[in-house]
Amino acid sequence: MALCRQTRVSLRLLRSHPIGIASLETGCERHVSTVTSLDSASGLTTEQKHIQEVALNFARNEMLPRMAEWDEKEIFPTDVLKRAAKLGFGAIYVKEDSGGTGLNRLDASIIFEALSQGCVSTTAYISIHNMCAWMIDQYGNEAQKKQYIPKLASMERFSSYCLTEPGAGSDAASLSTTAKRDGDHYILNGSKMFISGSGESSLYLIMCRTGGSGPKGITCVLVENGAPGLSFGKKEKKVGWNSQPTKALILEDCRVPVTNRLGEEGQGFSIAMNGLNASCSLGAAQASLELATEYVKVRKQFGKALAEFQDPQFKLAQMATGLVASRMMVRNAAMALQSGHKDAVSLCAMAKLFATQTCSKLVNTALQLHGGYGYLKDYAVQQYWRDLRVHEILEGTSEVMKIIIAKNLLHH
Amino acid sequence: MALRVLVGCKRVIDYAVRIRVKPDKTGVVTDGIKHSMNPFDEIAVEEAVRMKEKKIASEVIAVSCGPMQSQETLRTALAMGVDRGIHVDVSGKDYELLQPIHVSKILAKIAQEEKCDIILLGKQAIDDDSNQTAQMTASLLNWPQATYASKIEKTNGELQVLREIDGGLETVRVKIPAVISADLRLNEPRYATLPNIMKAKKKPIKKVTPGDLGVETDPRIEILSVEDPPERQAGIKVEDVDTLIAKLKEVGRI
Repeated sequence: MALCRQTRVSLRLLRSHPIGIASLETGCERHVSTVTSLDSASGLTTEQKHIQEVALNFARNEMLPRMAEWDEKEIFPTDVLKRAAKLGFGAIYVKEDSGGTGLNRLDASIIFEALSQGCVSTTAYISIHNMCAWMIDQYGNEAQKKQYIPKLASMERFSSYCLTEPGAGSDAASLSTTAKRDGDHYILNGSKMFISGSGESSLYLIMCRTGGSGPKGITCVLVENGAPGLSFGKKEKKVGWNSQPTKALILEDCRVPVTNRLGEEGQGFSIAMNGLNASCSLGAAQASLELATEYVKVRKQFGKALAEFQDPQFKLAQMATGLVASRMMVRNAAMALQSGHKDAVSLCAMAKLFATQTCSKLVNTALQLHGGYGYLKDYAVQQYWRDLRVHEILEGTSEVMKIIIAKNLLHH
Repeated sequence: MALRVLVGCKRVIDYAVRIRVKPDKTGVVTDGIKHSMNPFDEIAVEEAVRMKEKKIASEVIAVSCGPMQSQETLRTALAMGVDRGIHVDVSGKDYELLQPIHVSKILAKIAQEEKCDIILLGKQAIDDDSNQTAQMTASLLNWPQATYASKIEKTNGELQVLREIDGGLETVRVKIPAVISADLRLNEPRYATLPNIMKAKKKPIKKVTPGDLGVETDPRIEILSVEDPPERQAGIKVEDVDTLIAKLKEVGRI
C-alpha cells in the first residue's frame, strides 16, 4: 500500500506536468496492460477506457446513423456538434482553468479515433475546432482566453484554422496574406484556400505576414465573422468531408484590433505547426475492417463463404496488421507530443505519413472485399474510403512529412 | 423530505454483441467480449440522478454484484452522477449461477443497512431476462412495488408511478419506502460527460462480500446445457385456405 500512496502522489504531480501517465497507473490498480491491439481499448487506463466508451457510444448513436445523410446533403450537423461539446469534446486538451476539459493529446487521439467510426468528416471538424481552442489556450493572453475559450468549448461558436492559400500549400511558409499595422489595428489583405468550417465558423485563426519572408515573418491573427472586409468564396464541391463546408476566405482591407493577435509577431508559423495532429484515419479503418470481416463471413460464392478462401483471409490479416501498427504509431506520437519528447516532430510526421497511407489502403481493400456492393452508397465503406482520401493531403501532405523526417535524419 | 435512493446495476454482455455459445455447451462466450451496464439499469440510474437533480433525492448509491469488473459498471454509474458505489464481490461458480433470489437478498440487506427509501432497478437484465429481482426485493422487505415504470412522480409522502402493462397503462401510488423497476420509456439515459468521468474517479466504491451481508450465494441451480435456438426452417406454400388450416392443425398451431 505504501507503493500505492507513492504512486498516487506522483500521479498528482504528473497531472500538473505535461507528461504521459499511461504507463504509470500500474502502481495501485490491477495491472493495466499497455499492449496496443485490434481491440482499441487495449493499452488504455481505466479512465481512458471510460472516455473511449462514451465517445464510441456517442459515435454509434448520434453520428453513425446520420453520416450518409450528412455526406449526401452536405449538412454541417451543428446540433450533434453542440451535443458533443456538452460532453466535453469541444476543447478536450485545453486546460480546465481556461474552460476546457483538461485532458491530454493521447486522450484526444483516443476520442477522435472513436468518434471517426461514426463520421470521419464531422470528427475531423471537431479535431480542427479543438486545435483552434488549444492554440488560443496555449498562446493567447488571459483576455483572449476568457473571451473566446468558453464559447468554443461549448461550441456556441465554431472556429476555423486558416493557413493554406491558393499559392501556398505545402510551401506554407511562403504565404502572402499580409497584415499591416495601422495604429491599433492590423489591415489584412489576401486570401485563404480550403478552409474547413468556413462560413459556419464565427472565429478564424488566420496566419498572415507581418514581417519579412519565410516562417519568421508570420503572425497569427484572430478574425471574427462580420469583421469588415472579410468574405467567403463559393462552397467547394468535394469528393468527401461533405459534412463540413469548405470555402475560400477573402480579406480585403479587413481591419482587426491589434489585441486580436495571438502570441507575438513572428510566432505565427510555429503556432500553426504545433497545432496539427492524425487519429481520424484510425476510426474509419477500424470500422472498415469490422465491416469487411462481417461481410466475408456472410457473402458466399463458389459454394463457400468468402472467409473460407485464402485470399480474403490474407487480405484481412494484412489489414489487421496495418491497423494495429498505425494505432501504435499514432498513440506513440501523441505521447511524444505530450511529454515534450525530443523526437516529437519526427514521430508525429512518421505517424501521419504511415497511418494515413496504411488506413487508406486498408479501407480500399475493405471496399474491394465488398465487391460490387462496396461501390454502392448504401454501404458505409465507400464513405470511409472517400473521406480518408484527403488525409494524405491536408495538414501536411505525405510528401511534406517525408521532408520533415528526412531533415531530422540528415541533420542529426 | 430528501430521500436516499439505491440503484442496482448489472454488468452484462453489450447488447450489440453477437452472442456465441461455447463449444462445450456450458454457456455463452464471455471472455474478451464487450460488456456494459444493463440498458434498463442505465435507465434506472438516470432516473435516480434526475431525482437528485430535482432535489427529491439527497443521495444516490449504486450497487453491483459480480467480479472485479463490476466496478467498471459502478464507475459508469458514478460518471452519470451517482454519489457512491457498493461492489458486492461474487466470482467464479457462485457468479455464474447467481440468481435473482440471491441478488434480492443482497439488495434488501444493503437497503436496510444504508437506510434507503427507494430502490430503483432495471426491469430485467438482457442476459437472463428474469424480471424477478425488483419483485423479490420488495417482497423480502415487505415494501410496495411498482414495476415497468414509464413515469415516476413524487406526490406528498408517496410516489405515483405510470406502469406499462399488457392491457395498456396503469397508474399506481406507492408509499415510501418502495421498490420500482424501470421500463424502456422511463427516460433516455445521459452520456457521461468527460468532466464527470474524471470526477467519478474520486467517488468512493465500497467492496463487500455476500458473507458480510449475511447472504449465502451457494448455487441453487445447475446448468445442464446451453444451445443455439434451432435454425429457422423453410416454409411451404399451400394451395388454399382449407389446406392451410389443416396444416396448421397438423403442427399443433391451432
